[in-house]
Amino acid sequence: MGKAIAAMGGFLQRQAQPARVVDLCGRFLPFAFALAVICLAAGLISALVLSPPDYQQGESVRIMYVHVPAAWMGLFVYAFIAALGGVGLVGGHPLAFHAARAAAPVGAGFTAACLVSGSLWGKPMWGAWWVWDARLTSMLLLLFLYFGHAALTRAFDDPRRGDKAAAVLALVGCVNLPVIKFSVDWWNTLHQPASVFKMGGPAIDPSMLLPLLLMLGAFKALFFTLWLMRLRSSVVAARLRAAAARARGAAWR
Amino acid sequence: MSFSSPYAVYVLASYGAAFAILGGLALLAWRDWRRVKAAWERLPGRREAP
Amino acid sequence: MTAFLAVVRRDLLLAYRDGAGTWTVLGFFVIAVAVFPLGLGPEPQLLARVAAGVVWAMALLAALLSLDTLFDADWRDGSLELLLSGELAPEALVLAKALAHWLASGLPLIVVAPLAGVLLHLPGNAAPTLAVSLLLGTPALSLLGALGAALALGARRGAALLAVMVLPLAVPVLIFGAGAVESAMLGLAAGPGLLILGGIALMALAVCPFAAAAALRQAVE
Repeated sequence: MGKAIAAMGGFLQRQAQPARVVDLCGRFLPFAFALAVICLAAGLISALVLSPPDYQQGESVRIMYVHVPAAWMGLFVYAFIAALGGVGLVGGHPLAFHAARAAAPVGAGFTAACLVSGSLWGKPMWGAWWVWDARLTSMLLLLFLYFGHAALTRAFDDPRRGDKAAAVLALVGCVNLPVIKFSVDWWNTLHQPASVFKMGGPAIDPSMLLPLLLMLGAFKALFFTLWLMRLRSSVVAARLRAAAARARGAAWR
Repeated sequence: MSFSSPYAVYVLASYGAAFAILGGLALLAWRDWRRVKAAWERLPGRREAP
Repeated sequence: MTAFLAVVRRDLLLAYRDGAGTWTVLGFFVIAVAVFPLGLGPEPQLLARVAAGVVWAMALLAALLSLDTLFDADWRDGSLELLLSGELAPEALVLAKALAHWLASGLPLIVVAPLAGVLLHLPGNAAPTLAVSLLLGTPALSLLGALGAALALGARRGAALLAVMVLPLAVPVLIFGAGAVESAMLGLAAGPGLLILGGIALMALAVCPFAAAAALRQAVE
């Protein structure tokens, strides 16, 4: 068992060489992109054409199929960043910080997409562009957490210090994630109670669950596409900086 | 979806806004990659592909 | 323990001799609260309606105000490295610093806040709840602030960065603090809100010193 873990660690160590990472990113990217396109096509058809309008909300229920998966992705990516930050702080490998740096803006983008679509859903349903209900408010706070994370990452002259500080912040911010998820139960608001993750199975009709899951799959594949693309750029940019530093050093000598 | 519904414009706007944000991120990521790759290829004395 | 108390005593002495620290925070708090009637109009019912939230929000900002200097001077003159290499664990150092910050700026706020409440026509029966909610909430703010100050050590635009990082984390404190005062104003039980506030403070006590100590180690690396 110990030998297996050591072999696994050695394998990961070999894969974590910059050139190998760039190569692997390039290999996985077409598949992630293809998956995103397929899921997106199926999801859009299912969400906009095949799924029925809601008996209460009418056609506006279709906004749910972008709003809810975007919210899930916003939460998922924040947890992902925190986990990568934890790995980076404990393991000390710069790749984890590159990965966190590459994921953060994409997560903020999903959170912003959730807020914008929520606002566009709120206007016809509640009669206002913004309502301070529990879930929209906690998504707004999640966006602010992303802002803090981004500001801290970029605040130092030494990028490694920014990465490490932001990793600590993301881990502490993760304590807020359960608060966000269960804030629905804490505040009593205009929003509907959670209906998918309910005890005893989903309370949502399969005709609506299918587009929801397809769009979630599309967003997840899209996230990995963007993440791999940004990770690859980030690793190569670091190598360019290192090469430039070496060139400067050679010039000094 | 029926486009005669008064909600249609909100639905289309929300899909449009979400994909505008994600598409913008994708364009930025792609542009970054082109830029970084070009800089790497200009680098003198490099041995392997990036 | 002696080292712990020595750090607390040193920071309090510095705050006292500096003279500006506590008074600036209190001055900011009172002026910021007094700005609201000037903007909203003098109508007592309106002011009483927003009093709990305004006092709590301004207390939050006032607590943030004095935070960017918490570790900064020590970091600049190198004494932070000495403190970290001393017998005191970094976690205890953070705790001592946060305690000194709370004594120098949190405690005076608790005394002044009911008076600020009078400016906003906060009903007299809610004043004790306001004081208790601040007593439970401001330690959490000092701890979160210490974490923010440790993370932002040596950063560009540290003060603004601190606010962007700490304010979202401090939102639950604000919600339950102002909520408890609100329910006391309406004659409802404030106990549950205060208990949750205490729980948040304990959680901050459990998490922040360790996270801030990690950040301090990164800063002096």
